[in-house]
Amino acid sequence: MSNLYDRLSPIVTNLPPSGIRRFFDLANQMQDVISLGVGEPDFVTPWHIREACMYSLEQGYTTYTSNRGLPELCIEIAKYLTKYELTYDPSHEIMVTVGGSEAIDLAMRTLVCPGDDVLIPSPTYVSYKPCALLAGARVVDVPTYAEDRFRLTADALERAITPQSKALVLCFPNNPTGAVMSRKDLQDIADVAVRHDLFVISDEIYAELTYDGVHTSIAALPGMRERTIVISGMSKAYAMTGWRIGYIAACEPLLSAMLKIHQYTIMCAPHMAQRAALEALRNGDDERNKMVESYDRRRKLIVANLNDIGLPCHEPRGAFYAFPDIRPTGLSSEEFAERLLLEQGVAVVPGSVFGETGEGFIRCSYATSVELIEEAMRRIGTFVVKLTSQAVK
Amino acid sequence: MNDALRLKVVDLLHDNAKLSIDTIAKMLGEAPEVIAETIDRLEKDKVILRYSAVVNWDKLETNQVTAVIDVRVLPQREVGFDSIAKKIYRFEEVKSVSLMSGGYDLQVTVVGRDIREVSRFVSEKLATIENVTATTTHFLLKTYKSDGVIFDDTDGERRLMITP
Repeated sequence: MSNLYDRLSPIVTNLPPSGIRRFFDLANQMQDVISLGVGEPDFVTPWHIREACMYSLEQGYTTYTSNRGLPELCIEIAKYLTKYELTYDPSHEIMVTVGGSEAIDLAMRTLVCPGDDVLIPSPTYVSYKPCALLAGARVVDVPTYAEDRFRLTADALERAITPQSKALVLCFPNNPTGAVMSRKDLQDIADVAVRHDLFVISDEIYAELTYDGVHTSIAALPGMRERTIVISGMSKAYAMTGWRIGYIAACEPLLSAMLKIHQYTIMCAPHMAQRAALEALRNGDDERNKMVESYDRRRKLIVANLNDIGLPCHEPRGAFYAFPDIRPTGLSSEEFAERLLLEQGVAVVPGSVFGETGEGFIRCSYATSVELIEEAMRRIGTFVVKLTSQAVK
Repeated sequence: MNDALRLKVVDLLHDNAKLSIDTIAKMLGEAPEVIAETIDRLEKDKVILRYSAVVNWDKLETNQVTAVIDVRVLPQREVGFDSIAKKIYRFEEVKSVSLMSGGYDLQVTVVGRDIREVSRFVSEKLATIENVTATTTHFLLKTYKSDGVIFDDTDGERRLMITP
């Protein structure tokens, strides 16, 4: 038999492997590592939500649900979205997915095909590009910069647009930069999207984790509803990552197209997890707000410490990541992350993993305890001092 | 004095009294001097009375026993329950006293070296105070959670070391 690998789909074999894999393996072999590399909340799902899931199992809710999800859950999602000035009909314009991840895949496969370009701001979360490639599209990076606090600008977007441009991905609040787009910033982007007739895939999974103000969805802006797919979910806001409950809100023609793929590939999101999500949306606001306040305090702590250490850090206004500039050390972000791990036992994610313009930065998650953040900062401080004193010699 | 800031500082210290002034200042985005002054005022105003540790005594080799005692009393003219409460809380053995609604009036927590010592305190000291009409003593067998802290918390770090 010929080489197995050669017989696989070239689309898959050409996909680059995940950039964090090497760090993951390295960190796992070491003792006494403080990880600032985790992209999920450090809270366990609130007890009342876990309890609701157990109760649903006792009640025997172990069947499929409707493809689009439990009708009562879709109603709660529609109600929830009104806080962001979004109005969707729960019976036709909302569906529950297996995490935001499935939603990203569905959106790509529904909107694009070979010959289309997908515009993806960089640096950003690692899944958009592979999903676009798997759908057969070409990916065009749209750079964002520290000077703009990593917000996407209309200028950068305009420069990246080609006649083939079909869809734009937005992920704000952003992983890994913590960037947030104001209403004005989004309006500038919306104008470009309308002018060039672009679809927008707006991943708003970190919407609740917006500090100093309220999140704005681009879908709430004039002319955007019919061209935007809003993706969100329970993972970050309610500390429910492992439950895999996400959702999509979009106008009926877009939603029903995505629902077709979901019907054939997934059937429905897990029933018991949907019951838990229902409890979270109905009764989880207080605990959610407490978690957000706790992230906010740790955010201020880590940013102040990073700046003290001499790693300039713009203010991340959302999500739970700080994205400091490590260029003063003269190392690449991969070198910095690897040496920091080996020499001081602190795991961070090199910014280059998230796209070319992430080079020169590292992602530090502050979803970890105050004590560990402070110890990690002491170690990073020692590391940076050693680097700079070596440089002087 | 900024009430919102006072609340935030108390909230943080109540959760972890070991936080340094510098850490609190950074977490709340305030100058360290402002935090130092706020804490100073909280202490002077007796909002913060003491900094102490939450201890799981079961993990230490002691025989000490804790009793929670429901006390019924006759309230007195003009001073209500306060003067009797005062007579009770002055005893060294008494760790807490609260006025309760419901079937009894004062809830008293007493800690002693052993059961005999606590029993003697109840029968000889507490029950004999004027206007105390009845006591019901409950010995504490095990504490699972106290002041928001779960004692045998098994929720350790379960996350993967690095995730995107």
